[in-house]
Amino acid sequence: MDFSLSAEQQMIRNLCREFAEEEIKPRAEEMDRTGAFPYEIIKQMADLGLLGLPFPEEYGGAGADFLSYCLALEEIGRGDASVGITMEAHTSLGATPFYLYGTTEQKERYLAPLAQGKQLWSFGLTEPGAGSDSGGTETRAELRDGVWHVNGAKNFITNAGTDMTGGVTITAVTGVRDDGRKEITNIIIPKDTPGYIIGNPYHKMGWRASDTRPLSFEDCQVPEENVLGAQGTGFHQFMHILTLGRIAIAALSVGLAQACYDESLKYARERQQFNRPIATFQAIQFKLADMAMEIELARLMYYKAAWHHMQGEPFTKEASMAKLYASETAKRAADQAVQIHGGYGFMDEYPVSRYWRNVKAHEIGEGTSEVQRQIIAKHL
Amino acid sequence: MNIVVCMKETPSTTAEKSFTADMRLERRKEDAIPNPFDEYAIEEGLRQQEKNPGSTVTMLCMGPATATDTIRKALAMGGDRGVLVTDPALAGSDAISTARVLAAALTKIGYDLVIFGNAAADAYGGVVPSAVAEFLGKPLLSYASQLGIAGDKATIQRQAEIGYNVVEAPLPALVSVVKSINEPRYPSMKGIMASKKKPLDTFSLADLGLDAATVGGAAAREKALGAEKVSTQRKGEIYVGNDGAADRVVAFLVEQKVL
Ligand SMILES: Cc1cc2nc3c(=O)[nH]c(=O)nc-3n(C[C@H](O)[C@H](O)[C@H](O)COP(=O)(O)OP(=O)(O)OC[C@H]3O[C@@H](n4cnc5c(N)ncnc54)[C@H](O)[C@@H]3O)c2cc1C
Repeated sequence: MDFSLSAEQQMIRNLCREFAEEEIKPRAEEMDRTGAFPYEIIKQMADLGLLGLPFPEEYGGAGADFLSYCLALEEIGRGDASVGITMEAHTSLGATPFYLYGTTEQKERYLAPLAQGKQLWSFGLTEPGAGSDSGGTETRAELRDGVWHVNGAKNFITNAGTDMTGGVTITAVTGVRDDGRKEITNIIIPKDTPGYIIGNPYHKMGWRASDTRPLSFEDCQVPEENVLGAQGTGFHQFMHILTLGRIAIAALSVGLAQACYDESLKYARERQQFNRPIATFQAIQFKLADMAMEIELARLMYYKAAWHHMQGEPFTKEASMAKLYASETAKRAADQAVQIHGGYGFMDEYPVSRYWRNVKAHEIGEGTSEVQRQIIAKHL
Repeated sequence: MNIVVCMKETPSTTAEKSFTADMRLERRKEDAIPNPFDEYAIEEGLRQQEKNPGSTVTMLCMGPATATDTIRKALAMGGDRGVLVTDPALAGSDAISTARVLAAALTKIGYDLVIFGNAAADAYGGVVPSAVAEFLGKPLLSYASQLGIAGDKATIQRQAEIGYNVVEAPLPALVSVVKSINEPRYPSMKGIMASKKKPLDTFSLADLGLDAATVGGAAAREKALGAEKVSTQRKGEIYVGNDGAADRVVAFLVEQKVL
């Protein structure tokens, strides 16, 4: 067993740490306050190759391995969760489906500008009536004379409406399977397609500078070739995409937990009460010890899940464990971080109140904690 | 143009420092980074390469065998190849030994333009560039805050008390740069992935035709006698109460020529 990271993995992690520290963290408070999408930072990240980390160089990606991508996410997420989720949703949900299931033509046309960071892409699975029950899709796509006619609605879609967004890949019902269940197919919809309506961004309690919107489709027409993979393979595709995405969300959660810990340790050493730093009180020390331990365990679990994936082994259970444990670790860390800051932690001037608001989405997106427990249970 | 950047491996500025019994800095692989001052030299080398198409950039480092990782960090920013000079006999080298070795390596690999940082963040001697120039018998343009290459000539600006000096030298020349010369780039992800594929040669003293007795601890004329932590304790004066405190603050500000 070897726990050491390769030279490239360390370099990628260290560079992202430095970049997050110097370029992202100083702007996090403002991003949260204004909710403005961080175009400038995303542009810098595109230039560094951070938006195409795990994709091959022939498409303009960096050709890094999956763990490197997760290490990068942890560090970017440590700087700011909104920037982190923008990178994650773009890479794991937007670009990965093209990489895994696209034809050569689709990879050249869609994956290349995404891997190069020239465009962002979104993935539309969730609907008003289909959340955890993601197979409950009601959006329909009908093929008539070589054209898909799409009708329906999606909600909570990340990166759906930025100026850089190229489009969305959606799940749609395209028929009935032999077993009587819905046949689901993934359809590619470029942003400027008539009948594709991008709604206004939601007002959110966290991840405020990330772009999240409802989408609707009113007889939205795209050519037959805009199908991703074979017709009817959509369900299988998004299950795999989400499973991979869970490892990425785990990494992002570890980054957030680490940020909570960083702030807490610093504050506990500075804050004096009863004529001594509060870090000298055992009650505070134990909180910090628990945080440090859980963060280390969550990190190891996402490393392990990524490793199984990179070995070509099954990793569904491990991905759910990593996502569940890391997001709940981050929640406990955020909660204790505010507690360690006392009343100051409740105020906007300190970053921990923002961490506390951000962390909730980690327990919901890409499968709620309840869904993760179900998946783990199913594999026992 | 054949550009060579001389870069040292130093411990990261935030790393805990400790010393061996004979006062040598203990170097831990995990703390190693390219000397922060050399980042400006690396960046300048890459910019000169961009401005002078057809140029190559070589990262040259004298250091422990593990310094290959540090050279690869520089190669992640850009450049074509790395050269590491490493030999057990080099341990304990002083500035003159280092310069002797770098000069021999430069002679072996060839150069038109050699760029240095103006000092290393660990020892802070700042004499290596001039000593290398002396060994090579080539001009040194030191403390450059701007560098231009035109034809066979290098021209620099050097900050002076009033304005700046413009100094030029024929190539091949050596240049040491100061921080204001540029803003070093972040290595890109592609750069990081490409860095491991770039050629990296390792030379021993024998490869350079140097006698071990002329370098390293054996030949060091400089000896570190002791090291002490810089005390960062600030002494503040606290005036309590209203009684005369304002007057004393004003007096202090006048004394400091603030008012
Ligand atoms: C900020 C943000 C960004 C998002 N980005 C995207 C995106 O880019 N693309 C996309 O497709 N989706 C996105 N989502 C949607 C997200 O994946 C869903 O919100 C999530 O899957 C939960 O679905 P729901 O909100 O409909 O909740 P519901 O499924 O209605 O769940 C409500 C509650 O019931 C529980 N529950 C539901 N079913 C069961 C069950 N069988 N057993 C036990 N408990 C159950 C849930 O765990 C939860 O606690 C995003 C969400 C957010 C908040």
